[in-house]
Amino acid sequence: MRQRRLLGLEVNGTAAQIAVDPSQTLLQVLRDELSLTGTKEGCSNGNCGACTVLVDGVSVLSCLTLGMEMEGKSVLTVEGLAQGTRLHPVQQAYIEEAGLQCGYCTPGLIMSTVYLLKRIPNPTEQEIRLNLAGNLCRCTGYDKIIRSVQSAAKMLQEVQS
Amino acid sequence: MTQTRQGKEFKIIGQGIPRVDSVERVNGKAVFSADLTLQGTLHGKILRSPYPHARIKRIDAAKALQLPGVKAVITGADLPPLVQDTANVGGETAVQAGYMRQFLLAEDRALFHGHPVAAVAATTPQIAEDALSLIEVEYEPLPVVDDILEAMKPDSPVIHPELRTKSLAGASKDPTNVALHVVAERGDLAKGFEDADLVIEREYFVDMVHQGYIEPQACTVVVDSDGHMTMYNSTQAAFRQKIQIATLLDMPQSKVKVVPLEIGGGFGGKSPTVPELPTALLALKTGQPVKTVLSRTEVFLATGPAPDSYSYVKIGAKRNGQITALQAKYVLNCGCVPGAGLTINNILVGYSLYKAGAFRFDGYEVVTNKSRTLPYRAPGMPNGAFAIESAMDELAQALGIDPLDLRILNASEDGDIMTDGKKLPSTGLKATLKQVKAHPAWASPLLPGRGRGVAVGMRLEGAGVSSAHITANTDGTFNLVIGSVDLTGTRTTMVQIAAETLGIDVSDISVSVGDTDSVGFTDGSWGSRITYVTGAAVLKAAQETLRQLKERAALRLRVEPSAIEYRDRVFYVADNPEQRISLADLCRANVGQGAGAIIGYGVAGGMQLVSSLAVHVGEVEVDRETGKVYVVKYTAFQNPGLAINPVEVQGQMQGGAAQGVGWALWEGYYWNKGQLVNANFLDYRMPTFLDLPMIDAVFVGEPAKEGPLGVRGVGEISIVPPLPAIGNAISAATGVRMTQAPMTSQRVLSALQQHNGGSSS
Repeated sequence: MRQRRLLGLEVNGTAAQIAVDPSQTLLQVLRDELSLTGTKEGCSNGNCGACTVLVDGVSVLSCLTLGMEMEGKSVLTVEGLAQGTRLHPVQQAYIEEAGLQCGYCTPGLIMSTVYLLKRIPNPTEQEIRLNLAGNLCRCTGYDKIIRSVQSAAKMLQEVQS
Repeated sequence: MTQTRQGKEFKIIGQGIPRVDSVERVNGKAVFSADLTLQGTLHGKILRSPYPHARIKRIDAAKALQLPGVKAVITGADLPPLVQDTANVGGETAVQAGYMRQFLLAEDRALFHGHPVAAVAATTPQIAEDALSLIEVEYEPLPVVDDILEAMKPDSPVIHPELRTKSLAGASKDPTNVALHVVAERGDLAKGFEDADLVIEREYFVDMVHQGYIEPQACTVVVDSDGHMTMYNSTQAAFRQKIQIATLLDMPQSKVKVVPLEIGGGFGGKSPTVPELPTALLALKTGQPVKTVLSRTEVFLATGPAPDSYSYVKIGAKRNGQITALQAKYVLNCGCVPGAGLTINNILVGYSLYKAGAFRFDGYEVVTNKSRTLPYRAPGMPNGAFAIESAMDELAQALGIDPLDLRILNASEDGDIMTDGKKLPSTGLKATLKQVKAHPAWASPLLPGRGRGVAVGMRLEGAGVSSAHITANTDGTFNLVIGSVDLTGTRTTMVQIAAETLGIDVSDISVSVGDTDSVGFTDGSWGSRITYVTGAAVLKAAQETLRQLKERAALRLRVEPSAIEYRDRVFYVADNPEQRISLADLCRANVGQGAGAIIGYGVAGGMQLVSSLAVHVGEVEVDRETGKVYVVKYTAFQNPGLAINPVEVQGQMQGGAAQGVGWALWEGYYWNKGQLVNANFLDYRMPTFLDLPMIDAVFVGEPAKEGPLGVRGVGEISIVPPLPAIGNAISAATGVRMTQAPMTSQRVLSALQQHNGGSSS
């Protein structure tokens, strides 16, 4: 057995200190050690984006990131978006615009969308396509996801204005 | 938009309501198979053959078993003897039990690259992974059969010495790799071609592709002390998988329970069991729950991609476009074991689109040293359509006729005898083709440099059995249990049907997908059968629930049940509406009282097959320097019949079209002597956000006459037209005819160069 090491990080606003195997990826730490299974594994080598989370506000592929790199950092996963039962506008928009079918790629896409709209509050269709191109979806053909992102952008702007 | 059926106006059916299970899909709480970890779970990993064909001379797991944390290793030797070599344990994914077992776990021979030869259970996934490298396997490589046309030659090495070609003529005499030969014939073919003014004759190739679901297969198997096995997994067909596992492990079916968890895409690929068999053996051996999660590489290697194919089409036509003779030949790869599902028959039935004076069809299924192949959304039909719909386009070009006019001229009509001898149900084919011709997607002026292509797909759907039941609660709410796994929206659609029938709101009824102990037998979520067949079962369950409620109301109100009317959640006596009881009061007074529970059971099966039809128009630009094809516009026309949830229907149409475009342009397995070299999402190129335009989904046609609701299957047909639609668009843009899919930049460039070279010489 590999020696476990202590890792101190913040996950969805809560400080955590856990013992992890240094070979574990952030994805494995989230899913296997913290039982946060909302973040999905689709390929384990950074090709599909299903494992996307935000680290200190920046989108990261958790399957390509070692857990030990998270020391002192703040991780946001799909479980941390809603406030109680109030969904984040991006989550709401994916429901209303039918931007999901099987729902497996959805957590990663939602995290990528949150990151996109933080940087570009009112993206064009091309900007959406470019910024979400790292997330694969096999069910939708992307059409309704793009509409979801456009709708989320509107909702977020209304919240802010 | 309000939908009606036989003059009845619907309130809930026809509304594009949001999914009833969507919140847990956006907040990460939906439980997919890999998300479940039971107390005391061990982790399974599978050792796979690096050889496409080899004799397994020796397996030594001693070193692996010494690694701390390793609890068990299983190999093919742990399989019980196969007592019943059942002819078809797969349902739609027809396969003989013995061959299924051979595919899932090798015994004396590895039959393909990635074939499971052993499996390990350990306390962590990392230890299990480490243990795999400690298992010693001695292989003796054998000759590899890696090409379907080579496999058919008399001098090819034979993979299964016992295999004979099945056909109507009986079994062939000599050992062969050809598992099946289907023939259909009508009229005088030679004369038909003689009568033709023009004959087009072409060969087409389609590469092997994967369904590409983003969720890899995962399962947890647990066996209790009394020998009951429970399998939590990602499946399209819980009941079929129960039968498979019980058969392969020689267990009574009563002792196997399959609990389908959320499924992250299937598209046909999650119909049969894959990691479940070795995982079950590990669970039996250790007495602990064992969980196996496949990697993406394993998914590509050994879960069951869709077959590659060779096809040949010859069409003879008069100058006016009338087809006088049509001949087609298809060879499909079923991989290492016989049984490519219904692919050949699907392709054959697809040929019923057009009237042909004379017709001959030869379909072959061939075994090779590759993974067993499985259905992928309208199994085999994209391979089928690529050939015939490309040939039709070429014929139209050669005759100088609009390709839609050529199809209208030759279109089959309702009631025509199909290629399989049965009668064609209503399709609305001619009317749809005319509608497409007038639609801006086809009729609007084309920008310079662009090409527009059209193609048609048609199939028949609605086989199999579905069960459902509804129970009433004491507060007037209801629970619906369905046997169909929810791939993408089934729960919502079924709730809409039940709520409409019971005259309640969607929020008054909760739905769950039953495990195999808690709902009646239900065939797989495949074949575009859910809304049509399961929908009919839910309708019956709701009608039966309402009948029981009326009976109870009659008892309360002391009248005959026939005197009871029901409206707006109130039961009342028809001639004395003041004599009434509300739905909630009736449930409160009755459920759980002496009269017993109110349970409406519904089963549907053996339904008349219903057609689904899709016509796609693709528009492309081609970079002549690189061969890269840009899909700039895409319109999918489809006849969904009555759309229970039009938004979900659009989603199916768009998703299928996107998969088809992926297959048309980028997706394909790359092989090196039987070894798969692109088993990852980087080298196996599925469409990304950057590769597709918005996909316009246009509903055409009428509600179906078949079935109680007027619905048609919608899920699958939309993957059929894209290959030829894109190929025909490339031809329109460049003058180059592509006959090999995917039509990659490399292939298009080489075709362009050949074309230019040819014209300049």
